[in-house]
Amino acid sequence: MKYLHLVWAALFRRKTRTVFTLLSVLAAFLLFGLLDSVRGAFANAGSSVAGVDRLMTVSKISFTMQLPQSLLPRIQSVPGVKQLAYANWFGGIYQDPKNFFPNIAVSPNYFDVYAEYELPPEQAEAFARTRTGAVVGQQLADRFGWKVGDRIPLEATIFPQKDGSNTWPLDLVGIYRIENVKERGNENQLLFRWDYFDEARQFGNGEIGWYVLRVDDPARSDEVANAIDAISANSDHETKTQSEAAFNASFVSQFADVGLIVGAIMAAVFFTLILLTGNTMAQAVRERVPELAILKTIGFTNRGVLALVLAESVLLIVIGGVLGLALAGLIVGVLQSALGGAMPMEPVGASIWLRGIALMIGIGLVVGALPALRGMRLRIVDALAGR
Amino acid sequence: MGNIVEIRNVSKRYPRGKQKVEVLHHIDLSIEQGDFLALMGPSGSGKTTLLNLIGGLDTPSEGSIVVDGERIDRLGEGALAKWRANHVGFIFQFYNLLPMLSAQKNVELPLLLTRLSAAQRKRNASIALQLVGLADRASHRPTELSGGQQQRVAIARAIVSDPKLLVCDEPTGDLDRQSAEDVLGLLQTLNRDHGKTIVMVTHDPKAAEYARHTLHLDKGTLVEAATA
Repeated sequence: MKYLHLVWAALFRRKTRTVFTLLSVLAAFLLFGLLDSVRGAFANAGSSVAGVDRLMTVSKISFTMQLPQSLLPRIQSVPGVKQLAYANWFGGIYQDPKNFFPNIAVSPNYFDVYAEYELPPEQAEAFARTRTGAVVGQQLADRFGWKVGDRIPLEATIFPQKDGSNTWPLDLVGIYRIENVKERGNENQLLFRWDYFDEARQFGNGEIGWYVLRVDDPARSDEVANAIDAISANSDHETKTQSEAAFNASFVSQFADVGLIVGAIMAAVFFTLILLTGNTMAQAVRERVPELAILKTIGFTNRGVLALVLAESVLLIVIGGVLGLALAGLIVGVLQSALGGAMPMEPVGASIWLRGIALMIGIGLVVGALPALRGMRLRIVDALAGR
Repeated sequence: MGNIVEIRNVSKRYPRGKQKVEVLHHIDLSIEQGDFLALMGPSGSGKTTLLNLIGGLDTPSEGSIVVDGERIDRLGEGALAKWRANHVGFIFQFYNLLPMLSAQKNVELPLLLTRLSAAQRKRNASIALQLVGLADRASHRPTELSGGQQQRVAIARAIVSDPKLLVCDEPTGDLDRQSAEDVLGLLQTLNRDHGKTIVMVTHDPKAAEYARHTLHLDKGTLVEAATA
C-alpha cells in the first residue's frame, strides 16, 4: 500500500489520456456486465423449477409447436396443480410493424394465474362477456393513448381469419396495472380472448401455445413438473414444464445462440481493449524511462519496477472495470423494471463481479506485461544518458 | 580515517557495434572517508563511467571495487540495488525528480524501501528539506520550483536515508552562477558538518574549488592528482 501513491501519480501523469483510456475500459466492462447478465440468465434458465410457484408447459420440441387442448383436464388433474390457464402467441401488428408489443390470446381464467395483474372487477366482467374483448397493461395504454371503449384493429402475421381477412378488430374493455415495479414491464402486452381467437382462426383450431399453472406448494414444483411431462411422454406432443424465466429464455433462443453471440462480442471488445490500453501503457512507460531509471538508481530492484508498472496497468483496468460493472448493475436494475420478465436478465451479482474482476486483473497483467518488462530490463546508465 | 572507496585495476569496456571500446584503463583509486573529491577531465574521458562504477550503477569489466567495506563488483542486480539504497545518494545534472510528485514525496522515495512508518518517512523527509532550506516548498511540484531549488530537493532526496557517500554528476551544470554556488555551498556543508564523502564530476574549475581534492581523467586514465 505504501507504493499506491506512486502508482496513482504515475497513472494520472497524463490526465486526459488516462481519462479517455478509463472511459474505454468503462465502456468495455459496462458491455460485459450487460451481456453477461443476459448470458447468465439464458445459461441458468430451465436448470431447475424448485421453489417456483408458477410453471409453464410447452412443447418439448419447440416453443413454436402447438399442444392439444385435450391436455387441459389431464394437467388439471395432476396433484399439486392449483390453477391452470392457457394461451397462444398471436403476433399481430398494430398499424406499423415498428409498434411491436406482445399480443396473446388467453383463456378466461388467465388473470387467476397472473394475480399480480390488477384488473378492476367491472372490467374483468366486461372481458368475460365480450367475445372480442381485449385488455392491455397501463404502459401499453399510455404508449398509444388507448382508453376503455376504443377499438383496436390488429393485423395478423400468423393467423388469418376463416374469411381470409388478416384484420382482427378487438374492443378494449380493461386496463390492468402491476404494483411491483420490477414486474411492470409486463404492462406492455395486449391480452384477448382465446375462444374468439380459436373460433375465428383459419387453422390450428383446438391447439394451444402453452399452458401456465400455479402449484399448491412451490417446494413440490419439481415433482409437479415431472408429473405433467410424464402425461405426454413418448407421444407426438411431448411437453417440457419449466419456470417462466426458462420459458422466456427459450423464446429468445428461437432466434439465436445467445451464449455464442455474447461470447463473440465480448472477445472482440476485450481484444480491442487490450490493443488500446496496451498501446497507452507502452506509451506511458516509454515517456517515463528516465523516471524508472531514477527509481532503480535509488534502490528499486528490477522486480520492483516490474511490479510497479504491472500494478499501474492493473489499477487502470480495475478502476474503469469497476465503474463499468457498477453502471451495468444500475442499468440492469432499470431494464428489469422497465421490461419485467420480457427480457431475461440476471442481476449483476457476485458471480458476474467475480468473473469481471478476474478479467480486469488478467487484462491488466496482459496489457502491462511488455511495458513492465521494458521497465525491468532498462539499464540505468543507458536510460540516464538518454540512450 | 580509512578509505571508503578502494578501486583496484578497474577497466570498463562497452560494446560499440561489433567492437568493444575500453573507456577506463586499469584505474587504481582510493578515496578517504570524509573526502570531497572532484573528478575533472574532457568529454569522453570516462569521468561519468568511473562515477557510475563507484555508485554501483554499473559494473566493471575487470578489477575490484570496494565501497564502505563491500565488494560491490561481485553483487548481483538485486543486492546491488539494496546496497545503493543503503549506502549512496545520487545527484544528477538535470535533478531527475519525479514530476508528478511533490518535493516532500520526491524526498520520501528512497525511504519507501525501508521499514519506516509513513509518519517517520514524512518526518525524515521534512528534516532533509529543512537541511537544504526548502521546508516551505514541501508541497510544491518540481515544475513549480526553480532549477536551483529542484537541485536542492534532489540533494535532500540523496541524503534522506543518511548515506555515507554522495555521488554527484555535474550537479551545477544546469544552474546559473548564484544557484550553482548555493548548491556547492550546501554540498560543502554536508561534507564538513555532516561527514558525507562526496565524489563530484564537473567540467567547471570553479565548482572543483569547493572540493578538498581534484583528480583529472584523460582517455580513461587518471593523469594527475591535485589538492584544492
